[in-house]
Amino acid sequence: MKTITKKSSVNVNQDRDWKLLLNKYATPILLVLLIAVNAIFTPNFANVNTMWNILIQMTTILLTALGMTLVIASGGIDISVGSVMAISSIVTAKSLGFGVVPAVILGLLISAVCGVFIGFIIARFKIQPIIVTLPMMIGIRGIAQVINDSQLLNFNEPAFSFLGTYKFGGSVPIQVFIMIIVSASVYFIANKMSFGRYVQAMGDNYKASRLTGINTFMVTISIYMISATLAGFAGIIETARLSAADANAIGKLMELDAIAAVAVGGTPMNGGRPNVIGTIFGVLIIQIITVAVNMNNIPYTYSLVLKAIVIILALWARRDK
Amino acid sequence: MNIVNAVTNKIKLFDYKKFLKGEGALITFIVLFLFATFKYDQFFTLLNFKNVLRQVSMLGFVAIGMTFVILIGGIDLSVGSTLAVAGVVAAKVSPYGIGVSIIIPVLIGIAFGVTNGILVTKLKIVPFIATLATMLGIRGIAYIVTGELSVGASSASPGFIQLGRGYVAGIPIPSILFVLAIIAAVLVSKKTKFGRHVYAVGGNEEASKMMGLKVHNIKIVVYAISGALSAFAGVILTSRLGAGQPVAGEGWELTAIAATVIGGTLITGGVGKFTGTLYGVLITGIIQNMFNMQGNLNVWWQNILMGAILLGVVVAQSQTARVSKSGNS
Repeated sequence: MKTITKKSSVNVNQDRDWKLLLNKYATPILLVLLIAVNAIFTPNFANVNTMWNILIQMTTILLTALGMTLVIASGGIDISVGSVMAISSIVTAKSLGFGVVPAVILGLLISAVCGVFIGFIIARFKIQPIIVTLPMMIGIRGIAQVINDSQLLNFNEPAFSFLGTYKFGGSVPIQVFIMIIVSASVYFIANKMSFGRYVQAMGDNYKASRLTGINTFMVTISIYMISATLAGFAGIIETARLSAADANAIGKLMELDAIAAVAVGGTPMNGGRPNVIGTIFGVLIIQIITVAVNMNNIPYTYSLVLKAIVIILALWARRDK
Repeated sequence: MNIVNAVTNKIKLFDYKKFLKGEGALITFIVLFLFATFKYDQFFTLLNFKNVLRQVSMLGFVAIGMTFVILIGGIDLSVGSTLAVAGVVAAKVSPYGIGVSIIIPVLIGIAFGVTNGILVTKLKIVPFIATLATMLGIRGIAYIVTGELSVGASSASPGFIQLGRGYVAGIPIPSILFVLAIIAAVLVSKKTKFGRHVYAVGGNEEASKMMGLKVHNIKIVVYAISGALSAFAGVILTSRLGAGQPVAGEGWELTAIAATVIGGTLITGGVGKFTGTLYGVLITGIIQNMFNMQGNLNVWWQNILMGAILLGVVVAQSQTARVSKSGNS
């Protein structure tokens, strides 16, 4: 780029500025476009109830995607999150007899254990994360199914369902507060704590980060523990909202939505700076597509194609030049 | 001195570390094979071998394509969806004869593969995300084309049905085709310029670019191969089942990746061989076969065991790979 001739430099610079801008703000621009198009064409889209619905439904993806942001920023990937959701969901529902708080803690604990195990295998044996989390995805789903013989588990526990159905002032769902708290925490971890810098350093250059004295072993375990715990938390909230746990269905393909949201949000897939705000935008984009497709009575099948196009558009707009 | 040298050479010939490094998948396969032989009476029978070979051959085609893609440092999640589209298209055109019902689906598979290749190279989207998007999109196409219903191939030409169900000299036709495909893949990877370029691109993309390799074209061709082979697997599946199903091949991308990795291909690219993939495919087939013969295993217990075995093999594989690295340096 140093060889730009003087004559054309102004033009080229302007061109580059415009492209840089698009590059940087591709995700918000796409989100605004999506909202605008839907506000015009989708009946009842610009409506408070629709907004609350979008927010309630995006909780699970957002929590999972926030953990995934750290994982991907560190140069890894975790495709077992959907299965972790299932196991935390069924464990929590199954142990509600011990009381709500112990049940939730148990669910979170089992998720954390899954994450620690995954992180340990990756860090100890230096195996590519996708290869480790693939068998974990299959195995953990199996364990979740065994726990209740693969049956749907219904329960009536108002104190627990509160976690997924309570509305502040009769309208603001509890999920909104959960999302704000978790997003803020992950943002703080990623951007204000040295842990966040370690994550980014490992994603940028794993060897160098080790040489500079980062305890990559512990950081890797912590990253996967955070990711799994958040996925488990998402599973618990979803279980509370439905008042039922179904280990077969819950969290299926959640990993793909979460990974897509992180990628659309601009965290580099090969590792690097975690973009937490971008992930939130990415989740909103994915969720708005899903909701808009439902509201327009477009068959599920077309939504797949639509999602594919939007993911490719978003990544194409912000590709490295 | 000569004798001493000869003896030390002999010892080196039996260097178990080196042997483990090269043939970890083969050893796993043999262990599983012996275990199954002693544990299950029905295992060591010609009929069972035929069944297993036929069952794994379709995954085998997908895994060969996947090995090519992983060798160049990519990944292809769209194979299962491509298989589904090819399968339903094959069912739709099956009345027009065997030629048409192979060529058209395979061409469609190539088109999908080229799309993947262009997304990865020209649009510079990371393979995992690019093929994740096409996996969703192509699956959507499979649903749209069929209206979410399975497409019967009842009026198919007899030749087409033979493709999946027939035998030549007592061996199932899909198995023969799979073995031919493995041989072709081994030859392409070892004896052709293209094969060497694949390893070069996977080993060091920047260096390959500097050496003047057309990295983009090589990648596009590799994704096209993966698309074509997945499509062919879909054609055979349709022929075997007598119907094309839009849900076919769901999750196959993961099994194919697992088989490739078990076979010793490094997910980072540049290292691996197709005989390993053959063993990897056979291992997944034998495990599934043992589950079936056990009879009293729920799907979910199968999942747990499959996960545990996969994890064990992957960890063992990574350890032997590391032994080899420290041994060579």
